Amino acid sequence: MHDTTLLTAAEDGALPRVPVGDWVDTGFDWLKDNFDPFFDALSDLTEATVDGVTAVLLAPPPVLLAVLLALLGLAVRSVAFGVGSLLGLFLIQGMDLWEEAMETLALLLVATVVAVVIAIPVGVAAAKSDRVSAAVRPVLDFMQTMPAFVYLVPAVTFFGIGLVPGIVTTIIFALPPGVRLTELGIRQVDTETVEAGHAFGSSPGQILRGIELPLARPTIMAGVNQVIMLGLSMAVIAGLIGAGGLGSIVVTSISRLDVGLGFEAGIAVVILAIYLDRLTGAFGRIERTSPLWRLRRRRSATTAANGVRGTAPAPAPEAVTASRTPRV
Amino acid sequence: MPVLAVEGLYKVFGRRPHEGVEQLRAGASAADVQASGATAAVIDAAFEVEQGEIFVVMGLSGSGKSTLIRMLNGLVTPTAGHVLVGDEDLTTLDRKRLRAVRQERISMVFQHFALLPHRSVVENTAYALEVRGVERRTRLAAAREALEMVGLESWADHRPDELSGGMQQRVGLARALASEADILLMDEAFSALDPLIRREMQDQLMDLQSRLGRTIVFITHDLNEAMRLGDRVAVMRDGRIVRLDTPEAILADPGDEYLERFLADVDRSRVFTAGDVMSQAVAGADVGTVTVAPDTPLADLLEPSALSDTPLLVADATGEALGVVTRGDVLAALGGVRSEDLAASGRPTDDSDPLERSRA
Repeated sequence: MHDTTLLTAAEDGALPRVPVGDWVDTGFDWLKDNFDPFFDALSDLTEATVDGVTAVLLAPPPVLLAVLLALLGLAVRSVAFGVGSLLGLFLIQGMDLWEEAMETLALLLVATVVAVVIAIPVGVAAAKSDRVSAAVRPVLDFMQTMPAFVYLVPAVTFFGIGLVPGIVTTIIFALPPGVRLTELGIRQVDTETVEAGHAFGSSPGQILRGIELPLARPTIMAGVNQVIMLGLSMAVIAGLIGAGGLGSIVVTSISRLDVGLGFEAGIAVVILAIYLDRLTGAFGRIERTSPLWRLRRRRSATTAANGVRGTAPAPAPEAVTASRTPRV
Repeated sequence: MPVLAVEGLYKVFGRRPHEGVEQLRAGASAADVQASGATAAVIDAAFEVEQGEIFVVMGLSGSGKSTLIRMLNGLVTPTAGHVLVGDEDLTTLDRKRLRAVRQERISMVFQHFALLPHRSVVENTAYALEVRGVERRTRLAAAREALEMVGLESWADHRPDELSGGMQQRVGLARALASEADILLMDEAFSALDPLIRREMQDQLMDLQSRLGRTIVFITHDLNEAMRLGDRVAVMRDGRIVRLDTPEAILADPGDEYLERFLADVDRSRVFTAGDVMSQAVAGADVGTVTVAPDTPLADLLEPSALSDTPLLVADATGEALGVVTRGDVLAALGGVRSEDLAASGRPTDDSDPLERSRA
C-alpha cells in the first residue's frame, strides 16, 4: 500500500528533485572565491617540493641510483630481491622511461609523506576514542569509494591542470588505509603490556611512544604499504589531469592507441610497485633472514656471552633448595 | 604502621555503580545488584599488609582478585573506599601524583609477562627507571644488577622472545625489583608457567624475599601456591574476602565447606613444618637421635620418620629442643587431623609401630 503510493508519487514528480549537485557546486565556488590565495600558496609549495624531489632523483646518473636502490633492497630484504630490483630498474632505463618513472616516484613520495603525516595521528586518535572512530569511518568510506575521476574535476578547479591536483587526489585516495590500519594496530596492542606501562607510572605520551606505536609498527607499516600502493595507482590516473610522469605516457598511448607504448609504461609502473611494496613490507619487520639483520645480530652477539637459543641456564641451585622462610 | 592498607573498598562495574555500592552497604547481595544491571567485582574489602610480608589473595576466576590488585595501584579506580600506601590515599590523588606513587612505591609483575618485544632484556628491566627519568648509564647498571638477582645476567642483550616462559617472567620480576619500589604486586605471576618452572619461581621468590624484604601482594588461583608463599592468605569468593588468616590456620580449620573442598587438594606436606606438627616431648620417653629444624617442611620429615624407630627431635639453631615429631604427628597432619583431636578420641599418639601393635 504504502510502497505503491510512494512509487507513484515518485513517478509523478511529487518527490522533489534534491539538488545535491547544485549544493556541491555552490560549496566549491565559495571555497574557490574565499580561499584562492591559500590554494595558490599550497599549490606553489607542493609544486616546488615535488620538483625538488624530482631533481634530487634525477641528479645522480641513472645507473648509480638504480644500484643504490637495489642495495637498499638487498640490505633490508635479501640478495635475490636486490638483484631482481636492479634488473627491473635497468629495464625501466632500457625502455627510456627513467625520467618519467622518477617523476612519478617523486609525486608518490611527497603524496605518501603527506598522507602518512595525516593518517597516523588521525588513526591514533580514532584508536583512543570510539567517538572519533565513529566520526572518521564514514569520511574514510567516502574517500575510498567515491570514484577517483569524480574528485579529479574539483581538484582541477582549485589547482588548475598539472602536478598539484594529481598529488591532492593521490593523497585523498591513498589516505584511508593508513588511518584504518593505524587504528587497528594501536587497538590490537596487548592490553597487559599497556597496563604494565601504566603500572610503572608512564604518562600517556610515554605509553604511546614507547609501547603502543612500536608494538603496532608492523600493522602501521602495512598501512603505509597500502598507502603507497594505492598512491601509485592514483598517480598514474592523475596523468589525465597533467600530473606528468608515467601517467602522461599512459594517457598518450591511449590517445594514440599505441599498445606497445602503453605496455612499456605499464610495466614500469609494475616494477616500481613491486619494488616499493617489498621494500616497505620489509620495513614493517626487519626480516630475520635479511643481511642487515644478520649484521646487527653479529654485533650484539659479541656483547652477549650466551648466544644459543634454547640453552637456558638452569636457575641457581641455591634457589631451588632454599628452605622456606620461617614464619612469625 | 602497615605499608599498604585497604578500607571498605568496593568496585562496581556497569551503570550507576554508586547506587550499587549503596545497595550492597544496605545488605543487598551481589545477585541483587546484578539484577539492577551492575556487576559487583569487589565488595567491602579491608586488610592491612605489613612491611616484608607476602600477602596472598586467593580466589577462582571471577572472584574479583584481579580487580582488587588493580585497585591497589590505581589501574582500576575504586567505586568507594580507600587505598592507603604509607600515608597517601590513592583514591584522592590526581593523575600526576598517582603516576609518581606508581613510579616510586608500587611495582607490578604480570601474568603474561608484558615485556616489550622490541627491547632487549636489560632495556626491559630498566623500564621503570627510564620512566622515572633516571640517566641511561645508571639505569642500565641497576637493571643488570636486578638481572643478576634472578640469574639472567648473561641474557641481558637478548630479546625477550628468545627466552623461555619462566625466564621471561624472571625478567618481569627483575623489572619490578629494579624499580626499587617497596611494594610488589604480583598478578597471577606464575600461573602461565608449567608446574616445575612454577615451583622453581616460587622458591626463587621466597629466596629473594628473605634477602630483600619487600612487601608483596600476590594474586593466585592456585591454593597450593597460596599456602606455600603466603605469610597470610585472603580467600576471595564472589567479590568478598571470606577468610583472612595464616595458611596453617586456614588448613587446620577451613571454617566452611567451600574452603574445605578447596583444601582437599592442598599438598599439606609442603605447608606444614616440623614446628607446626611437633608435640611436647614426654619426660623420660625415648627421645630420638635424629634432629630436625623447626622450619623443615613436613615432606622432608617423611623419610627420616620412616627410618627412625624413635620420634624425631625438633631443635632450633642453638640446639635447644623444642619438641618431638612422632610418626603419628606426621600422619595426623597429612590426614588433616589435629593431634588434640587424636588425644581426645583416646587413640594413642605415640609412634608405636602399627605392625608391632597388631602382633601384640
